[in-house]
Amino acid sequence: MYDVVIIGAGVSGAAVAREVSRYTKSVLVLERFEDMCCGTSKANSAIVHAGYDAPAGSLMARLNVRGSRMMEALSKELDFPYRRNGSMVLCMAEEDRPHLQKLLERGVANGVEGLRIIERQEILRREPNVSPDVVAALDVPTGAIVCPFGLNIAMAENAAVNGVTFQFDTTVTGFTAGAEGWTVHTDKGDVEARCVVNAAGVYADRLHNMVSASKIHITPRRGDYYLLDKAAGEMVHSTLFQLPGKFGKGVLVSPTVHGNTIVGPTAIDIEEKDNTATTREGLDQVARKAAVSVPSIPLRQAITSFAGLRAHEDGGEFIIGEVSDAPGFFDCAGIESPGLSSSPAIGEMVAGLIREKLGLSPRSDFVPTRKGIVNPQTLSFEERQALVKENPAYGRVICRCETVTEGEIVDAITRPLGARSLDGVKRRTRAGMGRCQGGFCGPRVMELIARETGVDLSEITKCGGKSRMVVGKTKEGTEA
Amino acid sequence: MEKKNLICIGCPMGCPITVTLEAGEVREVTGFTCKRGETYARKEVTNPTRIVTTTVRVEGGVSPMVSVKTAQDIPKGKIFDCAAALRDVRVQAPVAIGDVVLSDAAGTGVDVVATKAVAAR
Amino acid sequence: MNTYDIVIIGGGPAGLAAAVSARDAGVERILILERDNELGGILNQCIHNGFGLHTFQEELTGPEYAARFIDQVKERQIPYLLNTMVLDVSSDRVITAMNKTDGLFQLSARAIILAMGCRERPRGALNIPGTRPAGIYSAGTAQRLVNMEGLLPGRKVVILGSGDIGLIMARRMTLEGAQVQVVAELMPYSGGLKRNIVQCLDDYGIPLKLSHTVVDIRGRERVEGITLAAVDEHLKPIPGTEEDYECDTLLLSCGLIPENELSRSAGVALSPVTSGAVVDESLETSVPGVFACGNVLHVHDLVDFVSQEAAAAGRAAAKYVRGELETGEAAISLKAQGGVRYTVPARVHPHRMEAEQVVRFRVGAVYRNAYVSVYFDEERVSRRKRQIMAPGEMEQVVLKREDLLSRPDLKTITVTIEEA
Repeated sequence: MYDVVIIGAGVSGAAVAREVSRYTKSVLVLERFEDMCCGTSKANSAIVHAGYDAPAGSLMARLNVRGSRMMEALSKELDFPYRRNGSMVLCMAEEDRPHLQKLLERGVANGVEGLRIIERQEILRREPNVSPDVVAALDVPTGAIVCPFGLNIAMAENAAVNGVTFQFDTTVTGFTAGAEGWTVHTDKGDVEARCVVNAAGVYADRLHNMVSASKIHITPRRGDYYLLDKAAGEMVHSTLFQLPGKFGKGVLVSPTVHGNTIVGPTAIDIEEKDNTATTREGLDQVARKAAVSVPSIPLRQAITSFAGLRAHEDGGEFIIGEVSDAPGFFDCAGIESPGLSSSPAIGEMVAGLIREKLGLSPRSDFVPTRKGIVNPQTLSFEERQALVKENPAYGRVICRCETVTEGEIVDAITRPLGARSLDGVKRRTRAGMGRCQGGFCGPRVMELIARETGVDLSEITKCGGKSRMVVGKTKEGTEA
Repeated sequence: MEKKNLICIGCPMGCPITVTLEAGEVREVTGFTCKRGETYARKEVTNPTRIVTTTVRVEGGVSPMVSVKTAQDIPKGKIFDCAAALRDVRVQAPVAIGDVVLSDAAGTGVDVVATKAVAAR
Repeated sequence: MNTYDIVIIGGGPAGLAAAVSARDAGVERILILERDNELGGILNQCIHNGFGLHTFQEELTGPEYAARFIDQVKERQIPYLLNTMVLDVSSDRVITAMNKTDGLFQLSARAIILAMGCRERPRGALNIPGTRPAGIYSAGTAQRLVNMEGLLPGRKVVILGSGDIGLIMARRMTLEGAQVQVVAELMPYSGGLKRNIVQCLDDYGIPLKLSHTVVDIRGRERVEGITLAAVDEHLKPIPGTEEDYECDTLLLSCGLIPENELSRSAGVALSPVTSGAVVDESLETSVPGVFACGNVLHVHDLVDFVSQEAAAAGRAAAKYVRGELETGEAAISLKAQGGVRYTVPARVHPHRMEAEQVVRFRVGAVYRNAYVSVYFDEERVSRRKRQIMAPGEMEQVVLKREDLLSRPDLKTITVTIEEA
């Protein structure tokens, strides 16, 4: 019997796993996909919100501000890309000014530091590509950007190093309450747990409703995005939000930690919990709205478009804590934006509740740090020379667009909870994330995965399951 | 009288050629800009042929495949037979350009030859 | 730091031909840097025939064509490094590169020839909505998988884009037992060579749907189907024309983009039309001593023309190394007008020209029985009728050095299409 079974290896589940591993090794994470960071956590704005948005006094507001404050130190401890670039909420019409003022007041009430309203001239000086129609903006110096894969994977890897077990490709089908805790039923068999953490993203309502009489309901809210080529340059330095108002709810334009520009999202409520298909209307809406903030946004230089789902609960609030009529069953539900920003605080909070519940004490052997995959591009010429000398694999470039070497890819495959698929390698190293989108490096990455894991080349998948990259070898098919 | 419009495949120019046929006999060819075009057109309406290019598996080579072609053009109707005949062919590295990997492919009397050198592993 | 007379970046058809001609022009210290594990570039995966009619007067396959040039490089003992990635080129011609054996190193070159080739436009750049499953490949990636790795990307295929690689892959996949259902092309004309439509589609009964595009992709893990729709004259899908296709694979052949990231780092001025460098008659870019040729300069239809162009770049670089390219004269600019999208070169120095200068260009639409005219300032100096011109097929005019030298006041040469 495990002390804790966590359902979901997204950013919330990984945060809880890492935090709870401070107290116990007896933790199992169940994930329905083949890797961590495969749902909501992989497809979002990659923003660390400062915390002015959520209603004052809400759990969302408290965890957002706390998470945002924790993030920088965590990025150093766990070695993932993070940058405090600041953000602005742009007000495009005089009549919307009162809303801007309200946002400022709410932010102050939530405890966000450094907020102030700035005027057109200052905005255009700092962000020359912003529309000259801008009137004013809320300046948010604590706004930041983060690599969402980096954050999620770093927390999961650190949890694994601290003894947490991860089981992928496993779908939870039900629960049975017992004297000492819960039996978790899965498509791969049953597991026993003293505590269960429901961090199942858009599916968290289904799991919750299996054990509780007080039902919750999550709507998958789709967001479509564009990602622009690095060659488009840093169009904006801060993350630019649009003040909801005269022009409806806006979209953001932001740099990413890797030097691309991200534009989006839409907010389209959908039925199916798995449907991350983009639509023409959605993408056109993003393009139209982005041009309001940045008229010269070069969407022709988009290298990809994608959609993610936010797990929007009807109450519009995070649901975190022990379910009242299901003792030992902890929810981590309704984690929509600012979920990524809040994740370190969510992990801390849930781990605290479990610690109390199970009467755990801190482990002396907890390893708080983790070293990420070396990015040779951040090294000096001499350091990089030394790295290639020590391990020649760092001298062979596999992904030309992002200059990712064999050394980095092999590390991504062989480290704890290593990548098994092309997308897994991409999220860890950026191989295939550049302007050719894996056209050149795809076949080479397949070879490296095959070599390092001993799986046949024809079995390699894009993202696990039935997503095989090829259907077989030539000359061997059934028909011809 | 029957007129057939063709696009010459002799070279990338792709000249539009018109062939006039009478009782299966070529009466007139127009639109070509070189001798190859006229030859192609006459053949295309009577006995169309193609060079077939594909690959064959290599054993013990630095590469798993070697590219091959029919040494001459073969009747269009034999393309799939030729491809099928090559499915089970295995060649041993090293392979040199021009090595015959299959002789008399699918009864065409034409050999299939390697178009790339593959060194032994 | 090692110093070379000429460093050539890229060991494909352009780089090989440039190296051979530079050596034949007497340059000693030449080095080719190639990122792949063999010379020959993309030709190694282009196993179909049709290469070399102009250069060798016979029809070769891609690997055979490459082998001829590789042999010439080896005969001349021109050194090359494989598996070597160039990371940076500076405007003072210092090259930073890396491989497994030599590690990270820098070289200095008196002249550099850029011959990095091009890449395919990916799905993201095409802005196709839908899911993002496995089974969406650019045609060239599929070509590599099939021809070099012996892997079959899928069994039921739809191809978007009628570029040459897409057409070639339609036939290739068919021969390997896949079912190619349709090739859709956004434009009202094909982007590929006519001969490829005949021998890759018509021969196999594969329909080509012009003015059609993919408006949806379905399937969560692997492609399960796509939707095609007809487009109007503004290239917008026409509601009500949607047709669903069941397939496990979507191949994209929607254009090639010169790979100029290194050129940019060297400060080379690029043309927004070709995405390649702006060059003069010597194929010299805006950075002195840096030359460009092949598909990194502008995307060609025929490797024979790449070889010709690259040989010219090799000769010019050799002259540069010997200090013979310094004429100090003002350039005459070439203007692309009236349906001519661009010209390569974009400017000429008459005293640096060879006796005849081929000016290559592409047109922006299909023209029938139109004229290609050349103007020296206001005066029309030539007018040539063409039965048909299409964006998929490169055109050319030839300038004679003596004609230009006889007009010392000439400022602008205009190449234009004039309809009858």
